[in-house]
Amino acid sequence: MPLVLAVEKAYNEAKADPKFQEELDYYLKHYVGRPSPLFYAQRLTEKLGGAKIYFKRDELNHTGAHKINHCMGQILLAKRMGKTRIIAETGAGQHGVATATVAALFNLPCVVYMGEVDIERQKPNVFRMKLLGAEVRPVTSGSRSLKDAMNGALRDWVGNVEDTFYIIGTVGGPHPYPAMVRDFQSIIGREVRQQILEAEKRLPDSLVACVGGGSNAMGLFYDFLDEPNITMHAVEAAGHGIDTGLHAAALTGGTAGILHGMRSYFLQDDDGQIQEAHSISAGLDYPGVGPEHAWLKETKRVNYVSATDEEALAAFQSCSKLEGIIPALEPSHALAFVMKIAPSLPKTHLMVVNICGRGDKDIFTVAEKLGVKL
Amino acid sequence: MKSALASQSNATADSGRIAARFASLKARQQSGLVTFITAGDPDLEICTKLLAGLPKAGADIIELGMPFSDPMADGPSIQSANLRAFKAGVKLSKVLDLVRGFRERDKDTPLVLMGYYNPVYVYGVEKFVRDAKGVGVDGIIIVDTPPEEDAEICQPSLNQGLNFIRLITPTTDAKRLPAVLHNASGFLYYVSITGTTGSKSAGAEPVRAALAELRRHTSLPIAVGFGITTPDQAKTMAQTSDAVVVGSAIVNRIASNLDGQGHAKVGLVEDVLGFVESLAKAAHNR
Repeated sequence: MPLVLAVEKAYNEAKADPKFQEELDYYLKHYVGRPSPLFYAQRLTEKLGGAKIYFKRDELNHTGAHKINHCMGQILLAKRMGKTRIIAETGAGQHGVATATVAALFNLPCVVYMGEVDIERQKPNVFRMKLLGAEVRPVTSGSRSLKDAMNGALRDWVGNVEDTFYIIGTVGGPHPYPAMVRDFQSIIGREVRQQILEAEKRLPDSLVACVGGGSNAMGLFYDFLDEPNITMHAVEAAGHGIDTGLHAAALTGGTAGILHGMRSYFLQDDDGQIQEAHSISAGLDYPGVGPEHAWLKETKRVNYVSATDEEALAAFQSCSKLEGIIPALEPSHALAFVMKIAPSLPKTHLMVVNICGRGDKDIFTVAEKLGVKL
Repeated sequence: MKSALASQSNATADSGRIAARFASLKARQQSGLVTFITAGDPDLEICTKLLAGLPKAGADIIELGMPFSDPMADGPSIQSANLRAFKAGVKLSKVLDLVRGFRERDKDTPLVLMGYYNPVYVYGVEKFVRDAKGVGVDGIIIVDTPPEEDAEICQPSLNQGLNFIRLITPTTDAKRLPAVLHNASGFLYYVSITGTTGSKSAGAEPVRAALAELRRHTSLPIAVGFGITTPDQAKTMAQTSDAVVVGSAIVNRIASNLDGQGHAKVGLVEDVLGFVESLAKAAHNR
């Protein structure tokens, strides 16, 4: 506890310090490449024949996903706290790569915990992390995937409290992480507000994002939560289908529980044992979800839906061919939902979908699914 | 109404087992031995035998681990024990059955359940503390609920007449200590290292100093644990504490008596209890 209390205190001080924000803005602009464009997806819009669809292009960030937004914020906080060692957990490897990247930038040693199973299916990202100078530590316990990587990182942290900062990869974990990661990601929504006002002279009618732990969705939604006329859809990974039990949709198919220092929804059995999540997308393959999403579900502010592996795979291919953008499998879930609802909406309906990562990392998985030998 | 009153008075009498044990240790000028095993490790039958044999082998307090899929505070040894218990089909209800069986034959040895909050939360907190009390549990340790969340499980445990045992670590500073001690009962569990169970061992001197400081703030007995693996270490830690806790080392001893398929080899129970005896001797004759 003293550990997370110290992070909370330092974060509150940093938030109130204009110099911290200035430094963060500098790196977001010149290193990450923000603002990311808001792009009118004309061919997809015409093909679906309904809502006018905009892509928030966070896949163009340095390292290829939105994860770098909160990594930059957290490592600047780590530096501010005088920490000299960085740890992180990763599933798909995107958060691990982003963490290894900022650790390299600031010359801090970095250990990334990754489940053995994920190491096997995300080899390119494992190599990337190593190139960036990070040590990838395999986690062999439990289901050997993301939740176990988080257990591994937490175990490391309690053993190295003096010098180590834990960069968490989603809006989950103990307070203040869910709020802090949300704040660092909320730049996505703030940019969208400005960009859509410029392009359309008004705010969007709906927002769509995928949800695993929920960081990119919180990033897009947060700035608009108090706009009652904006509908928000968050798309979970339904894997083989919710009714098969093989999915990663904690909000749609899970129950209330407590894990990793938060009370939220989890995939678990009737004995309170956490179950493995299943998704074609390793980044959504987490059996829980950030606690603020649980709240947004209960208050019905956000509409939580899901898309299966197959639907995501189809959307992945359509988007590549229609827009020349190969999306990651994670936002392909959001796109699958867009394809479902956009045709029934009027052409005046403005919809923004967060393309939170690019699909380069997924080409091996997709090739295998499509029966293509590389 | 009458029966409620009767069970209440029982509750008061039972909750004294931990206090009574520390009082008798004190009278003999001994430090005690707290042994940890995971419920259902390596299977229910062997675990039942281990539990039954622990008091005679010298265990003063029995800590029984409630298996959890994500034991964040535990090192590899106890993680593996959890997996073995799951393989043996252990659920929270079976953990309580094990305690019931133990308590039918042993009315004196305090038994403490240790685990993580989620299985208890899903089982239902009120039902859990009632059932735990009913089968003869004396105390509860939940490692992932801090004092900030006392309303969750600490308070219901105390209301039921169960002791709620708190962990204190080297990072628990003077500012935080009062909050941690506020609802603590039974004894304090001093975690002698910063890290997970069985990961490293502490030096005698820092622990002595930490305990001396702690005793200025509490009169509760203090048990020292995490990283005590040999009788020699037990003896050293016993010199400054009211009890020593050994977990991973006992669990490792169980694991070393399993065959390739994870089945118990002949003599497992005797070997493990023999090890416990050597630890108990060291703790008692500090």
